[in-house]
Amino acid sequence: MKKTPWHQMNPPRVSRRRFVQGLAAGGVLATTPAWLYASNNAQGPADAHTGSAPVLSGRDIHLVVAESLVNFTGAPRMATTINGSIPAPTLHLREGDEVRIRVTNRLREYTSIHWHGIILPYQMDGVPGISFQGIAPGETFTYRFCLRQSGTYWYHSHSGMQELTGMYGAIIVEPRETQCVRADRDYVVQLSDWTDEDPMQVFHKLKKQGNYYNYHQPTVVDFFRDVSRTSLGQAIDKRRMWNQMRMNPTDLSDLSAATLTYLMNGVTPKGNWTGLFKPGECVRLRFINSAGSTFYDVRIPELKMRVVQADGVDTEPVTVDEFRFGPGQTYDVLVEPKTEAYTIFAQSMDRSGFARGTLTVRKDIVAPVPALDTPEWLSMADMMGNMAHGNSSAGHSMGQISMPGMDHAGMGRSMQHGGMKMDHREHAQALSRPSSTVRHARSEYGPSVDMRVDRPRTNLDDPGVGLRNNGRRVLTLADLHSVGGPLDTRGPGREIELHLTGNMERYTWSIDGLEFGKSTPVHMKYGERLRVILQNDTMMTHPMHMHGMWNELEDVEGRFVARLHTIPVQPAQRLSFLVTADALGRWAWHCHLMLHMDSGMFREVVVS
Amino acid sequence: MKRTTMDTATIKQLLMTSVLLLSNETLWAQTNDPHAAHSQSTNVAPAESRDPHANSGGYTLDNAPYGLQSEHPLHLADEHNLAGLRVNRLERVAADENATALDAQAWFGRDYQRMVVKTEGSYLNETKYDLNTQLLYSHAVASYWDARSGLRYDTHTDNGTRSDRTWLALGIQGLAPYWFELDATAYLGEGGRVAFLLEAEYELLLSQRLILQPRAQVSLYRKSDTQTDIGSGLSDAVAGLRLRYEFSRQFAPYVGLEWSGTFGETADFIEAKGRPARETQYLLGVRFWF
Repeated sequence: MKKTPWHQMNPPRVSRRRFVQGLAAGGVLATTPAWLYASNNAQGPADAHTGSAPVLSGRDIHLVVAESLVNFTGAPRMATTINGSIPAPTLHLREGDEVRIRVTNRLREYTSIHWHGIILPYQMDGVPGISFQGIAPGETFTYRFCLRQSGTYWYHSHSGMQELTGMYGAIIVEPRETQCVRADRDYVVQLSDWTDEDPMQVFHKLKKQGNYYNYHQPTVVDFFRDVSRTSLGQAIDKRRMWNQMRMNPTDLSDLSAATLTYLMNGVTPKGNWTGLFKPGECVRLRFINSAGSTFYDVRIPELKMRVVQADGVDTEPVTVDEFRFGPGQTYDVLVEPKTEAYTIFAQSMDRSGFARGTLTVRKDIVAPVPALDTPEWLSMADMMGNMAHGNSSAGHSMGQISMPGMDHAGMGRSMQHGGMKMDHREHAQALSRPSSTVRHARSEYGPSVDMRVDRPRTNLDDPGVGLRNNGRRVLTLADLHSVGGPLDTRGPGREIELHLTGNMERYTWSIDGLEFGKSTPVHMKYGERLRVILQNDTMMTHPMHMHGMWNELEDVEGRFVARLHTIPVQPAQRLSFLVTADALGRWAWHCHLMLHMDSGMFREVVVS
Repeated sequence: MKRTTMDTATIKQLLMTSVLLLSNETLWAQTNDPHAAHSQSTNVAPAESRDPHANSGGYTLDNAPYGLQSEHPLHLADEHNLAGLRVNRLERVAADENATALDAQAWFGRDYQRMVVKTEGSYLNETKYDLNTQLLYSHAVASYWDARSGLRYDTHTDNGTRSDRTWLALGIQGLAPYWFELDATAYLGEGGRVAFLLEAEYELLLSQRLILQPRAQVSLYRKSDTQTDIGSGLSDAVAGLRLRYEFSRQFAPYVGLEWSGTFGETADFIEAKGRPARETQYLLGVRFWF
């Protein structure tokens, strides 16, 4: 591990000092030691290592959380950083090692670090108020855990809005045995988003006006354009349902480029993070979405991506042109660049902006940056689930009560709820597939919920709004197949159902219509294997992250798909996963869109 | 309902009744299209709905194994109070007489319950101004609707003569299908006075920042009140169009055109004072919020 000369650092101050700082350089300023981050370099081309976080390795690591000045947009701002860099240092660890990570808090408020996707004892999980007390100002907390996995993960603060203001870094856990993924070069591509505003202010603005940052709303001009392209009747039809429902078809993202600057490895699009390669090399890109609220659609024009890992777990390779991922998710891809330069293009789901970097043979050679795709409206499938396919096909879809088999399975469970005992075989039969009987919670009928989906869609092969039929091969959840299958081959002993809920007008987010403060924990019995059904009764995609335990995603037939730590649930979608409750303690489980989490789309899981 | 003063008990009773009335779920239940694959705004949970606490194993956030007894238990924004101030209209009215009008709301509270102070008024000069201020408890009763109840205090000054009125307020405010912003309030005053006020607004986005807002308002009164120039029945109506440009969502100047009319006895009172019963006014104003 490198030595951190923290004693040399002056406490940072926000002052009226003028910064002669090109936006192209961006990033952490002032007190950053030059070896940590090379972006405080006002003149000349950016250093080759611009934006690449320093690497810390070994079993004994010291991280220091402090404030640092940054400048991404031309205005200096205070960030919360780990060892003075954004992203924080990449932790290069080894499977099987027991690591000791000391975290010193030099902020004036509590802090914490959560190791996203790492399986560890709950006291080490780093969620203040759930797994520990948090790290008080001036204190050092020692995390100690053994790495029982390998792959690409990340870490971030779990206190307040600190993650949004810079506290995130990559974790690479080298496998103990030989690496099954071979590459000549290996880059972390950590995507994030930055706002010059105080994130709490951003949150309060949304509480007062949910569409505050949406500048893609339907206008009168759009209406007349549709009239001239189609007909008055069609233009009205296109809007009727949305307007009647008081739903906005362009409500794709709470925040947009109106406040966000999209970053790749802590570098603005203009700054252009650059990774070098030699033609013919195989390059591994470890994509990590560390954004506070941005789903990214990532592609490298002219280059196929072979997805080999999802959420740190090796997946049977699948070749795609593009993938979408939300905050919390990671994908590792292999690329084989042939010519001189390629653009890594990551547009935000709402198409208001993009993060961008370059793979090149020489840092002065760049490739063209594609235009943003035209923003698309949410489809009826996003609001209505299966009904949107029309009545004829809906009759055959999984969500319909007209399927007697499914109906039966649902009845079996409700009988069980009624206290009737079934014999074991019947029980196992009933649980072989996830229940398709939609049961809304009692608490979903009230002001906290603005819509409930009665016939959800259950397919996993939908890339999502804006990516459907775009001419590119886009990764979907259905493409994922974790190597080696599930960790636990048992079937579920029981099934629980939770609905993701919200009210966009009030900007409230909840589960089953109950925000965290009104909720009770989800209890799992130690050692049990259970099925969790998540149904999204909102029009936004929620990346649901469960701490401490893997979520083994299954398809509608109950067949294993992939082992994940963060599962994006699309609007009006109903999906399910199995959990083995092998981790005693208390765990957080929440939507990884930071503002949704802070609004209360959050549950505690108790394993005992 | 004949009384000159209202004691606290009566006010309390009326408030309770109003809250009960407004939180009556069936009042808000909307019939749903049986063919729709989703439902909305139905506040009545069907019998087969799930218990959201069914998976808790009897535990609560404060009482479960491995608890921290933390001095800093986790509280998210749903348990925090927020505050806001919204000046919907602060405008200069260009008519026969140039007045200044204000329509503002301040609030404090949480997502579903808050206290609201609402002020509306117009000021011509020291001898002629109107101001009504309401202190309301607002609570969410349906996805898009808040019930509001509280007190309203009016000051009406004309030719230097001031008349004050106190009312109990009881209303709903929210968003109707097709994005109509509605505010309907009934007022119960001294001496059996009853008033009803209905306001509706709509927003047409000409562009992402240029917004045309039609707005209409009608007032009805049960009894005449000569001191405040109010006649019984439909007393007055306003219909306006405001075109604002949102430099930011929080700051938008506007120009507008507003037609206002008085009817029946109210019109007689106004005309008797030599003012027009109906007029069209030009507006120049600003809308902002924090």
